[in-house]
Amino acid sequence: MRVGAPFAVAGFILAVSFGILAEEAGFSPVAAVIFSAIVFAGSAQFTAVAIVGAGGGAGAAVAAATLMNSRFLPMSAAVGPSFSGGALKRGLKGQAVVDHSWALSARGDGTFDQALLLGASAIAYCTWISGTAVGVIWGDALGDPDRLGLDAIFPAFFFGLLLNELRSRRARGVAALGTALALVLIPFTPPGVPVLVASLASLVGLTKRARADVRESQEAEGEPR
Amino acid sequence: MSVYALTIAGCAAVTAAIKSIGPVVLGGRELPTWFTSVVILLSPALLAALVATQVFAEGDRLALEADTAGVAVGGLVYWRTRSIVACVVIAAAVTAALRAL
Repeated sequence: MRVGAPFAVAGFILAVSFGILAEEAGFSPVAAVIFSAIVFAGSAQFTAVAIVGAGGGAGAAVAAATLMNSRFLPMSAAVGPSFSGGALKRGLKGQAVVDHSWALSARGDGTFDQALLLGASAIAYCTWISGTAVGVIWGDALGDPDRLGLDAIFPAFFFGLLLNELRSRRARGVAALGTALALVLIPFTPPGVPVLVASLASLVGLTKRARADVRESQEAEGEPR
Repeated sequence: MSVYALTIAGCAAVTAAIKSIGPVVLGGRELPTWFTSVVILLSPALLAALVATQVFAEGDRLALEADTAGVAVGGLVYWRTRSIVACVVIAAAVTAALRAL
């Protein structure tokens, strides 16, 4: 996976900045590392720590983190049928769903490459925990990571994947609708809500014509469904 | 429990629940056509929203900044070369260069 290297670096840097923020908010080094180890959801962790750091309560922090993570509801539901194993095993595999591994493992026909998703997430998990530890312990000695432009890596990667998705006119329309929904909501809703609402643009897939196209391509592949 | 322990425990419980509901309930099933059709379009919807919120949002306000330009150039590079590595490296380089100005 050639794409793994810039990602591992970007994920690590992101984790370092999380560690720095957690330390400033009053989390002990052990607490910050445990946070990353058992939550493993960057945007939600940043949100929660920012609220605690500003003097907010645990209830407010958890509520904001929940909104931030709400996009994992449609994402993990989409992957669900592609996971093998019993219910408990599938639930555990669901914990590995993060944005980039989800997007990378989508095959484009509604199914997901389970091995690719778990592999990409395993690497990200290691850099997430080690980066948090580095940030919370040695953060003061490090400069500002934004100086290197590394915060552009994740959105640029998602943009590249998005360009791959825009082959059909319907996909272009859905992307435009998702963008519009997110941009309109950013000033008015808490972080996390714009992305969740934008995911509703995919309901265009319920239209008769979209379903007919799916059936057609499945029949072309000779899959009896 | 301290506010720190409560925050961590609460986030862990909620995240685990959100990420496991789908796989537990929907695992090992045949996909109905409508579900497949929606899932295929979930990628462009979510990717577009992630890009929009990461490059246009600064907290709760809309803003054009160095990373907006960097990601735009990265997308252009990807469109021409189909190399995701070139895309992310150039996006970071352009963003860093603009910030250094």
